[in-house]
Amino acid sequence: MRKPGLLARLAVLASLVSGPVVLPAQVTFPENGIANPRHGHYAFTNATIVKDAGSTISNGTLVIRDGRITAVGANLAAPAGAVVIDCKGKYLYPSFIDIYADYGTAAPQRAPGGGGFGGPAQLATTTKGPFGWNQAMKSDVDAYKVFAVDDAKAKPLRDAGFGTVLSHVKDGIARGTGTVVTLANERENMVIVRDRATAHFSFSKGTSTQSYPSSMMGTIALLRQSYLDAQWYKGNPPLEGFNATLKAINDNASLPQVFEAGDLWNDLRADRIGDEFGFQYIIKGGGNEYQRVKEIKATNASYIISLNYPQAQDVEDPNDARFVSLKDMKHWELAPTNPAAMEKAGVPFALTTADLRTVSLFWANLRKAMEYGLTENKALDALTRTPATLMGVYDKVGSLEPGKLANFLITNGPIFGEKTSILENYVQGTPYTVKEDMGTVTGTYAVTVNGVKGAEKYTLDVKTGSSASLVGTDTLNTRFSYDGKNVKLGFAANTRRQRPGADNAAPAGSRPGGFNRGTESAALPPNAVLLSGISNGKEWNGTGIDSSGNSITWTAVLTSSREPQADTTRRKEAPVLGRVTFPFEPFGWEESQKPQQETILIKNATVWTNEKDGILQNTDVLLKGGKITGVGKNLSAAGARVIDGTGKHVTAGIIDEHSHIAAASINEGGQSVTSEVRISDNLNPEDINIYRQLSGGVTTSHILHGSANVIGGQTQLIKLRWGANDDDLKFKGWTGQIKFALGENVKRSSSTQGNNRYPDSRMGVEQVLVDAFTRAKDYQKEWKVYNDTKNKKGLTAPRRDLELDALVEILENKRYITCHSYVQSEIMGSIEVANRMGYKYNTFTHILEGYKVADKMLEHGANASTFSDWWAYKMEVEDAIPYNAAIMQHVGLNVAINSDDAEMARRLNQEAAKIVKYGGVTEEEALKMVTLNPAKMLHVDDKVGSVKVGKDADVVLWSDNPLSIYAKSLYTIVDGTVYFDREKDAELQKQVDIERNRLVRKLNGEKRSGAPMVPAQPTYYLMHTCSDHGHSHGLLVTEDTGDFETND
Amino acid sequence: MKKIMFALFAAVTLQAGAQSNVMPAGPQKGLMIIKNATIHVGNGKVIQNGTIKVQDGKITEVGENLPTPADDVKVIDAKGKHVYPGLILPTSSLGLVEISAVRASNDTREIGELNPSVRSIVAYNADSKVINTLRSNGILLANVIPQGELLSGSSSVVQLDAWNWEDAAYNMDGGMNIFMPSLLARPARGRFGAGGPNAGGAPSDPVKEGLEKIERLKAFFREAKAYNAEAAHTETNLKFEALKPLFAKKQRLYVHANTAKQMLVALDFVKEFGVDMTIVGGSESWQIADLLKQNNVSVILSQMHSLPTGEDDDVDQPYKSAAALQKAGVVFAISDDDSQTRGRNLAFNAGTAAAYGLTKEEALQAITLNAAQVLGVADKTGSIEVGKDANIIISDGDILDMRTQNVTDAYIQGRKIDLNDKQKMLNNRYLEKYNLKKPF
Repeated sequence: MRKPGLLARLAVLASLVSGPVVLPAQVTFPENGIANPRHGHYAFTNATIVKDAGSTISNGTLVIRDGRITAVGANLAAPAGAVVIDCKGKYLYPSFIDIYADYGTAAPQRAPGGGGFGGPAQLATTTKGPFGWNQAMKSDVDAYKVFAVDDAKAKPLRDAGFGTVLSHVKDGIARGTGTVVTLANERENMVIVRDRATAHFSFSKGTSTQSYPSSMMGTIALLRQSYLDAQWYKGNPPLEGFNATLKAINDNASLPQVFEAGDLWNDLRADRIGDEFGFQYIIKGGGNEYQRVKEIKATNASYIISLNYPQAQDVEDPNDARFVSLKDMKHWELAPTNPAAMEKAGVPFALTTADLRTVSLFWANLRKAMEYGLTENKALDALTRTPATLMGVYDKVGSLEPGKLANFLITNGPIFGEKTSILENYVQGTPYTVKEDMGTVTGTYAVTVNGVKGAEKYTLDVKTGSSASLVGTDTLNTRFSYDGKNVKLGFAANTRRQRPGADNAAPAGSRPGGFNRGTESAALPPNAVLLSGISNGKEWNGTGIDSSGNSITWTAVLTSSREPQADTTRRKEAPVLGRVTFPFEPFGWEESQKPQQETILIKNATVWTNEKDGILQNTDVLLKGGKITGVGKNLSAAGARVIDGTGKHVTAGIIDEHSHIAAASINEGGQSVTSEVRISDNLNPEDINIYRQLSGGVTTSHILHGSANVIGGQTQLIKLRWGANDDDLKFKGWTGQIKFALGENVKRSSSTQGNNRYPDSRMGVEQVLVDAFTRAKDYQKEWKVYNDTKNKKGLTAPRRDLELDALVEILENKRYITCHSYVQSEIMGSIEVANRMGYKYNTFTHILEGYKVADKMLEHGANASTFSDWWAYKMEVEDAIPYNAAIMQHVGLNVAINSDDAEMARRLNQEAAKIVKYGGVTEEEALKMVTLNPAKMLHVDDKVGSVKVGKDADVVLWSDNPLSIYAKSLYTIVDGTVYFDREKDAELQKQVDIERNRLVRKLNGEKRSGAPMVPAQPTYYLMHTCSDHGHSHGLLVTEDTGDFETND
Repeated sequence: MKKIMFALFAAVTLQAGAQSNVMPAGPQKGLMIIKNATIHVGNGKVIQNGTIKVQDGKITEVGENLPTPADDVKVIDAKGKHVYPGLILPTSSLGLVEISAVRASNDTREIGELNPSVRSIVAYNADSKVINTLRSNGILLANVIPQGELLSGSSSVVQLDAWNWEDAAYNMDGGMNIFMPSLLARPARGRFGAGGPNAGGAPSDPVKEGLEKIERLKAFFREAKAYNAEAAHTETNLKFEALKPLFAKKQRLYVHANTAKQMLVALDFVKEFGVDMTIVGGSESWQIADLLKQNNVSVILSQMHSLPTGEDDDVDQPYKSAAALQKAGVVFAISDDDSQTRGRNLAFNAGTAAAYGLTKEEALQAITLNAAQVLGVADKTGSIEVGKDANIIISDGDILDMRTQNVTDAYIQGRKIDLNDKQKMLNNRYLEKYNLKKPF
């Protein structure tokens, strides 16, 4: 059926005094029959017309013709030839626009099974055709070519008030273009508003089965490289042939660019890509933007915000509640504040139904957002003008102005009123009924039943389409239904006295059944009078049977209309809510509690200086302006916070050379060389392990790429500034490093189905290194020749290659290598390659057989970063010994002890102590292995690593000798800011417990009030580490194994 | 001392990188005396200037400044040193796995849900190179556990100075092991971002599946009990027979469980089958310490050095769990199931518990006498008390702290064992190479 509910629509239109409207016929299509040119020329008069969020016309007229608005204004006379529809008491609004709807183009689903952990790598694309190298880059897809009208999906959207949506194929990292369409149930030709409206991107590779990228940072690198390649492709490089993917990126570049980020930190990641390549993405957020509104605002992006909120979890059973985290419960509570928070911060945004479990939740969730502070004007704007403007179609939709599409809503009150209903949704001038307009039906009717005994008079009081009461000499047991055209009425004498107002209560013993309105509950006795009729507006006529089965006729005439009731629902009180903390984690700080940089004087402590002075007794340390400003006796400082250090020990903050915390992904395992990926692209400042490690005295961590490949990604040094954003975590002023790896992991020894990715042996590992640096040197030369050429006329710039850029940085000593390595053959092999190719290994990390080739490493000038006592977890650590660090130290290497583990990182002081036990280094030298020595290999020993005047105020106050198992950090201070305070920690723990308790009660209250609940979902922590040496991380940890191999 | 040095260098010359020359010691004969020691008895007591008399492998006398007979006795002067019972590693896969990632070297688990007749002891490799690295840190006994899906088989306690598993067996098949199903809903396996691969098919309910699995196990137990009550069988069921010692209380039941729900479910086995039960793992045992106490259930905390269960937990919660059990009066032992170090840090796990609420002697007890108790060998070992085997270690300092632990001597059944290991040999080999003559 082309027009749904035709009868119903006829009826309503009748009540609005109107007739059917159709779109004009498409001229190129032959007509089978007699031409019937119609123009849908209508005038809607006496309406309150809300043209847009900013302007409202009382007593207005809207004129439409050929599916477009031709005039709008106050007291306009209806033009000749227009059908007039009286909209007295009605409101007209521009219909809503959904910029991210799930409509018209299906997202392909990834085939189940296949691939996955341990499976073979898919290194090349399997997509046939002249496309780019990576399957996830689908920039060539144009949604309009695959778009199909789907009225089953359009209807719920129309019912919610939408008239226009953006449709795109939600698959891949680059997704091609989206198309703007109306929700009219017409041929595709007629509903497309703009064919190629927007270009789309995401961080999800969707149905791509290709191994690369297997990580967030790989995804970012792929996008960056693709933009560079597209730029380069403009020069028609002959060796590239025809590349439809790159061509499409260029073709789509002038369109609005939409990026599905899906989480506030991803929002920032996406925006940074845009900044680099000159795009301002419109960002589809994750609904948690309220947690960092300041950073969100700073992107200057417009956002697409879903009204999807987390479902309430059933935490009535304490055993279930135990495993649901505070942050999940808090997000459940605060998610509806997201739109209001965006509004308050002045962040432009459009609302979408995307991600809703069902579109029918739209209004309830929108009202909730308003209850939580979103204003009506902003809501309307976010559903009309903003999305239209973002898509570049505000000249066509988004407000009620001449020339625009006749997409508008007729409502029976202000649109956001609690009791308001959308009656009609006009799309391109065609009405789609949403709800019958009962306003013109309700009232009192004089009913005349012409029976065998003559005319009997009744009064019918119609309250709704399914509720009415008939009064004769007495109130009768009445059943009533009205669907806009058909009227059914049944009645019988009451057999039992009824409570007043209980019009439809069923008499006892009555049989269920009756009319076809499922909402009715009353049943009538078998001898009821049954009437059926047709509404002709204010007059009804019909037939029926009386209680004896005789045929009868009847009429009803409206005698008085019921005035529509004013919307008296009071706006609900603003709900009582928890506060956002920084980070949005337990032990996070509220805005007012944020730790500040202080002037701190630690008095009378044992100070392990790591300098010539050695260990000083009864010494003071002064921290000011984020720096160490004094180390000595009897220091004083006005206004300083004084901490008594008597019997306690001060050391420099612990530095972990090898860590995998605080990142969204760690391993890009899709290829053997991935120097283009950067940990810095995906830092995660919301990692609880930042706080836990502060409790163990750690202040600086070197976040390394994993060891899935020979040349891994670029690393990032961070300071553990708990509560800072991703960018502020970064250690400023350091020289970047990169992770390399050798041996078992890079040859994928533990993959369950064998390995098909080169290399498969240590012989191949050496070859990968030689090849990579050979290519890098050629590339370096190519650029040098190009740059040195004065007259570049006719020259094409070489292709920028992010992978080789990083290798050239190594060759030019602008980037240091830290290399995962174990056995002596591979250590020497890699040194030999480095000497041959002209680069250097700054650090060998793990390096458990370093003791065997310590002299070779010393000669090369490398540092060593190792474990104290790990061994026997895999073949290449069979000869690992706990004396390794001490031997290397005695040979003259700079040695650090690292963690590579989120748990052990908070006991690194104890790990250092083991080098005293195994190998007999002095305690002072042992402590340096987790402070000064890693600072040296990270080339930041001018800033951190010792307690020295002028260095950063990164210090720890220990309860005991810092190498003792009984030592605890009492204060961990970064840049003069106390980020961990053992007493404060106990208070924060109390706050966590109180807040948990409050939310559990609130959720239980929801359950008691009958709200829909979902079973409790344990909150798992995604740990990025080591699959080759499992560690005890607790019950709620899932290891990130990658699509591929994930190793430390 | 000179002799030992000589032995070391001989080993280096002969067999560097292996430990083939580390021989099990012969039986101890006659009287041996350790004197002037600070004796940590293992039961909470400390004896200053203590003397221990050992005769033919057994402890015959312990006290303060006991007189030393003048005749030909071996006397060890432990002045300034600390003497402890040999440490006991209550959970391990020692001797069952050499290199974790090498499948061929791995004998830790069998196929199938119900394997009560599987015995770890028969696969125990007394020559595993891991063993000697544990002895170097004072661990003289270990419980070797077969892992599995549900009912995994019997574990045995071994002493760590033996030619073969028969020699090593200290309490053969002393425990039956159940690995509790998780009973925790798992997240859908999605990768970064949306749209990650999912297993597909109907969503499973691990809690329901787990409980069903346990019901199947209980049915198996019931049938086994009935079977074992029969005098003769027309048909032999090896699996049922394997449970006989458990029902006869000759075996303990070790239930590997961590969540409160898992442990509460485990109580069924105590109530219905009247077995002696120990919870292994027990990361959440602090939450139900009183119930465990009431039901006389002991606990082996398998890893102190763990992250807290949930993000909202006290950052030091795992470190504090032992103190919570101590306070509630639960008998508990501490283990070290770290697979990168394979148990050698047992004493430091206990040390951490001491840093977070236990006294040092309580922490020691958790890796000596309590461990012996939960392993059913407290009559033979676990403390320095008369009548027990002379399983004794001597350390330069506090054994719970890596800063001070240095085990200089160790005795199993009075036999002075060779504390050399593969790693020390490799150390010496390379000290030679680099001419770092004096071992540091």
